[in-house]
Amino acid sequence: MAEQTRGKLKIFMGYAAGVGKTYAMLQEAQDLKASGVDVVIGYFEPHGRKETIAKAEGLELIPRKTIDYRGCPFEEMDTDAILARHPHVAVVDEFPHTNVPGSERVKRWEDVHLLLAHGIDVVTTMNIQHLESLNDQVWNISGIRVRETIPDWVVQQADEIVMVDVTPRALLHRIQRGVVYDRAKAEQALQNFFRESTLVALRELALRQTAHEVERRIPAADRNAPLEAEASRPDKHRRIVILITANPKTAMLIRRAKRVSDFLGAETFAVTVQPTGDLSGLSEDERRAIEQHLNFARNLHIETRILEGEDVAEGLVDFARRNQITQIYVTRPRGQTWMPVLNRDPAQKIIALAKDMQIVIVSDRETAGQRS
Amino acid sequence: MPSELRRKTPEELLREVQAEEAEAARSGHLKIMLGYASGVGKTHRLVDEARRRRARGQDIVIGGVQPKVPKSVEPLLANLEIIPLKQIDGGSAIDVDAIIARRPMVCFIDGLAYNNPPGARNPTRWQDVEELLRAGIKVVASINIQYIEELRDQVAAITGKRAGETVPLSFLQTASEIEIVDAPPEEPMERSPEEQMEAQKRQERLSRLRELALVLTADVVDYQLTDYLESHGLHQQFGAHEKILVCVTPRANLQEMMEEAQVVAQRFHGELLVAYVKQPNISTEDQSALDARLAIASAAGAQIHILGGDDPAHALLDFARSRGVTQLYVGHSQRKGLARLKGSPLDKLIWEGHGMDVRVFPQ
Repeated sequence: MAEQTRGKLKIFMGYAAGVGKTYAMLQEAQDLKASGVDVVIGYFEPHGRKETIAKAEGLELIPRKTIDYRGCPFEEMDTDAILARHPHVAVVDEFPHTNVPGSERVKRWEDVHLLLAHGIDVVTTMNIQHLESLNDQVWNISGIRVRETIPDWVVQQADEIVMVDVTPRALLHRIQRGVVYDRAKAEQALQNFFRESTLVALRELALRQTAHEVERRIPAADRNAPLEAEASRPDKHRRIVILITANPKTAMLIRRAKRVSDFLGAETFAVTVQPTGDLSGLSEDERRAIEQHLNFARNLHIETRILEGEDVAEGLVDFARRNQITQIYVTRPRGQTWMPVLNRDPAQKIIALAKDMQIVIVSDRETAGQRS
Repeated sequence: MPSELRRKTPEELLREVQAEEAEAARSGHLKIMLGYASGVGKTHRLVDEARRRRARGQDIVIGGVQPKVPKSVEPLLANLEIIPLKQIDGGSAIDVDAIIARRPMVCFIDGLAYNNPPGARNPTRWQDVEELLRAGIKVVASINIQYIEELRDQVAAITGKRAGETVPLSFLQTASEIEIVDAPPEEPMERSPEEQMEAQKRQERLSRLRELALVLTADVVDYQLTDYLESHGLHQQFGAHEKILVCVTPRANLQEMMEEAQVVAQRFHGELLVAYVKQPNISTEDQSALDARLAIASAAGAQIHILGGDDPAHALLDFARSRGVTQLYVGHSQRKGLARLKGSPLDKLIWEGHGMDVRVFPQ
């Protein structure tokens, strides 16, 4: 393949179904076409919405590909056909989508990366609740655990992120009018995900995330120019280590630590301490849990290590000292008591050993009703 | 399970009814469309909303348009009813009398930040809008962030220009709805190196304004959400807005804690809070150490919250929860040897600090 420039990626960011992301994406395609750009629809999800379907009129549509899974046909984006057609721009709906098993790539964002690598610009859509590092907060806000997530680094690589904003009240009116869903489904949606306070909080998350993404894209030298106090202070180098254990809250810990480290521009490591220096000494369940957590960290672009050591706290603090770590991230201790001598959770010992470092104890963002 | 699914107590139901009544009694209904620069498509969005509402059968009028209208908007405007501006002494203002007499369901006003000419009924256009709202007319109005009084300095620091005519933020906060019109600045075209440089600088300025507009909208949304939750008696914290609470103690390394807190607050566009718990029998030595640390916090511009209570950890946690704190900063414990066995206030903070990060700092 001849050397070519990577395509540009633009994301229309929303906070719920029906805010107008697909519409905005198609409008952009129409505008591009009107100004003479070679643009195709790589994939779009009409959801049976009239205004959206009308917006697609006159645009070239690359037919979807049918994939058989357990005897049922599923339709997915035909990435090969788009590559063969090689337009200047492809618009691709639903960036966080997971392809049906049997597809060449697991995630749609991986298909999009392939298009970009071949020099095709992509315009896509997503909702804030699919961003990996916000998964726990979204659960806290909506009571829903979103499974289809997209790693933050994938979103960070986008050239441009645009907020598609509509007020929750306008969105609820749209739903009541049946624009977004048919009547029966609308009733259900209104009861669950679409309660107004939930929508308001998700919208706030989307606005703040977009503001952050805009700021990230301002060249670093000038980013803090208006904030003199900040500019005059040399940016301290922050290095973060996350303690990986079999504790099921570890995924939450990784997400939170990674989010903070991304915002602060810190280096991040995820470390587990084992007496054997590998995972062989563990029970099947523990080994699987720790492997899962290490994999999860790697997928978020965090460097992982398995350290040898009899004592978790000592091993971790020793690693932190040798690697000039400034912050240690651990989950909130489990157990019945916080009596120092009785609790075997390593968190307490780490705090006692590392009085020269910052230690962050992360607890879940449970909703008020859950707390006892 | 989200708390709203709980069975509501009679008190909660009562509060809810009262809140709804209060909202119904509030006159008018204001919707703001916020832009970060001219040319991002605010006028188009506003006029398009007017068109769509009319298509749905709502009685709408245009009560104010900008002197220059983008070409793409002209055909949209042609089909809408416009109440022209009133000419007064060579200036112009929206025609409040004519709009109130016409009594539309919704009045659209493109451009909220105008000072009216002398002799007009109100000094500014936003006060005219207040009158329309009081008369029970819904208003949809647009504004750019440079015209918001409280943002004038921040915008001037970015653009070097200071707007003459402004609208106070408090007026925007009374809006029932606020929406941001977000669009990235246009890509600089291939030009000469100097032009390229100039275009790049312009784009950076626009990006900063964009960031400011997004954060402002988020802040207004947060303000309204808090208001809504409180008026409905819901003690739920969503953590959509990062809030950092720095706890001051006599031995805390407050310099480091404050520096870190300020950087984190700035990066997250978050809020910084400082608190300390009053101790009844504090030694003179500790008191002066505490005073020195409080001075550091004050010098950093932080407002200090003084808390009371027998149990310092609980006082801090109660305050943190009531404010929706997401990160609590505290110093390492000083206790050594046998004293540790009892468990320190720090232990308690960590043990009971549900729903937030507790960050322990070196002393």
